[in-house]
Amino acid sequence: MKIHVRYFASLREALGASESIDVAAGTTLGALRDALIARGGEHARCLARGRAVRCALDQVMADEAQPLRDGTEVAFFPPVTGG
Amino acid sequence: MSVVTVQSGDFDLSVEVAALRDGDPQIGAVATFVGTVRERGDGAPVSAMELEHYPGMTERAIEAMVAEAQRRFDIRGVRVIHRVGRLLPRDQIVLVAVTSRHRHEAFQACEFLMDYLKTQAPFWKKETTPDGARWVDARQADDDALARWGVRVDNAA
Repeated sequence: MKIHVRYFASLREALGASESIDVAAGTTLGALRDALIARGGEHARCLARGRAVRCALDQVMADEAQPLRDGTEVAFFPPVTGG
Repeated sequence: MSVVTVQSGDFDLSVEVAALRDGDPQIGAVATFVGTVRERGDGAPVSAMELEHYPGMTERAIEAMVAEAQRRFDIRGVRVIHRVGRLLPRDQIVLVAVTSRHRHEAFQACEFLMDYLKTQAPFWKKETTPDGARWVDARQADDDALARWGVRVDNAA
């Protein structure tokens, strides 16, 4: 499946604004984060377990158990600070 | 008129309230909140603040919060405006305005919407100071504020 990943704020500064990734059918959001961590480097540093990273699937806040679908837009970002 | 707007330009509270009140004689109360950019309490001057957002998701997220407020509280109209881009100290950042028949619901819905927006609306603030720029940290106190309404989120933690 092809998915589109977007990064915001400090994650965007470290990892770039977006990338397209191929993942296996049934991959969850959590498994995607693990795969990105496994790249090492800045991805590992920014997305490491223990760091506060929030995520959205198709522009709705999501938890990591949710499965991805072909064409899904995923976003990773730090805790929000609006208002 | 959209209920929720994300924009870079400033807003005029009296214009927005007049528009919200227009044509509804059932309104007995208008509650408004305006958030502004302040200098830091520790004395370090904030020269500017940059507000980043997730276009599309931001509006959608706040619209869902407004729908939740309308389910919970007996209110008439809601208007939310949130600015993005480069702001300076004393600039307005956000407006939440709520109308209702009676004041209790308007006050409650206004506070509920601000507590919700602070923890779940995808904006990120970056402060520029003479020592460099830094991303603002989310606060546990904001998650706690939303929890008092019975909504549990893990934003700051």
